[in-house]
Amino acid sequence: MIAIETTSQAESAPPRPGPQPVESSPARGAIAVRNLDFFYGEHQVLFGNGLDIAPRKVTAIIGPSGCGKSTHIRVYNRIYELYRDQRCTGEVLLDGQNLLAPTVDLIELRRRIGMIFQTPTPFPMSVFDNVAYGLRLHYTMPRSELADRVKTALEDAALWDEVRDKLHHSGIELSGGQQQRLCIARALAVEPEVLLMDEPTSAVDPVGTAKIEELVRRLKERLTIVIVTHNMQQAARISDFTAFFLDGRIVEFGDTTELFTNPVDRKTEDYITGRFG
Amino acid sequence: MKLAGARRRKAADWAVRIAASLGAAVGIVFLVWILWEVVSRGASALSWSFFTELPAPPGEAGGGLANAILGTVLISAGAGLLGVPAGIMAGIYLAEYGQGTRFGGLVGFMVNVMMGVPSIIAGLFVYTLIVVSLGHFSGYAGAVALALLMLPIVARTTADMMALVPDSLRESALALGAPRWRVIVQIVARSARSGLLTGILLAVARVSGETAPLLFTALNSPYWPHSFSGPTANLTVTIFNYAMSPYRSWQQAAWGASFVITAGVLAVSLLTRYILRRTT
Repeated sequence: MIAIETTSQAESAPPRPGPQPVESSPARGAIAVRNLDFFYGEHQVLFGNGLDIAPRKVTAIIGPSGCGKSTHIRVYNRIYELYRDQRCTGEVLLDGQNLLAPTVDLIELRRRIGMIFQTPTPFPMSVFDNVAYGLRLHYTMPRSELADRVKTALEDAALWDEVRDKLHHSGIELSGGQQQRLCIARALAVEPEVLLMDEPTSAVDPVGTAKIEELVRRLKERLTIVIVTHNMQQAARISDFTAFFLDGRIVEFGDTTELFTNPVDRKTEDYITGRFG
Repeated sequence: MKLAGARRRKAADWAVRIAASLGAAVGIVFLVWILWEVVSRGASALSWSFFTELPAPPGEAGGGLANAILGTVLISAGAGLLGVPAGIMAGIYLAEYGQGTRFGGLVGFMVNVMMGVPSIIAGLFVYTLIVVSLGHFSGYAGAVALALLMLPIVARTTADMMALVPDSLRESALALGAPRWRVIVQIVARSARSGLLTGILLAVARVSGETAPLLFTALNSPYWPHSFSGPTANLTVTIFNYAMSPYRSWQQAAWGASFVITAGVLAVSLLTRYILRRTT
């Protein structure tokens, strides 16, 4: 009985409005990580991670392969929950709200925190439908507004000029760099407050990489960006803050220029000078 | 010394090559022979009336197997309606929900076992389950028996094809806030769609040539398949009956039926290949 009522209510509900522009102040999208431990089965891979990510800044996470960089940011949007044997303890606060609480609505959480993956992942549908995917998921809006928002998202991802004539071609036909910007447009379309990027340029050529880095610089004006990269030059070029991970622990975290020119920890210095990793 | 070794290796190479070629030749010779017999004897039995008329009594000229052709199409379609959705759902379970679970492992094992079950067992099973309890043969029972054979084929190909879809694609959709069922239907199944279709067509082609499961279920009939709830005409049991009969005209008709069913299965296989090539 209850289930039937809920369904009919949902059907007769008025269309939900599209995303509203985020007020310019105070800045939202601050993340605080507290005592984060992470396990693959019995195997612990993150140890007591603590991190304060500033809103509307770019924070880079660097470290050698297998140090837990990706695992760390995969906690923020709880994507790790797809896998039965992965679990974590601790807290991740987004503007004060604990994201790991069981009461958190995962669908809304993932609207607020977007993610870009190592390899571009265009969906098997047209460029337009790729970008509209998240919008259709979260909002009901007239066709014309949908088209406007898709266009805006593609412009924000610096892809509009390249795809304006092939909006109805398959997203898979685009080049690797274009595919990755398509994924960024798709993530931006739902107006997230935070964008997680997991080595977003590792499968993209140098020209595409430069475009994505330029994009990151522009996007931080409106959202918080956390970028995992194995490329230290990239971290130095585009980030405001850098965290250095080693064996699942955060060895050093601070201002990017400071960390690269005057590291406090000996291990950080060894890593950035190329002595290991 | 060196040369002798080289000669021995060359001889071994030749021996293996010849043995393999012979094996391939034996296979192809019998296949071509069967096809040749079916085509040369079957094509001459075909006529317009073969596709439009009911069977003639033995010894009388004319008549056709229109009822059996229609019956086979209907029984196969009915089997598809039952077996394909169940198989796809089972495949989705295996690939998406059951991975790493005890129950998922059990389902996967049972699917593999079911693929190896002789088709006559499926026929006998449905005979005791449906035919005996209802008291009569029926097209429905035939469709259920064929569906039992389709289910594991569709489930296995669906699971394998969906397992090929990279996890990063699932994660991307989940990361946008899509619920799991939408990810499976809109992203994973869509990515694997040509593979899923291939599995379905292969299953259809496989079961439409089955005789044993129909012998105990749909049986056969000389009439139009008016209702599915009685014995239903079909090509394969007709071939079995006619080929064993002493009447020349019926033997002719059996060849014609063999040709039609072979051509039908071949057409489905070619369609499968075409779809695969166009979409990958």
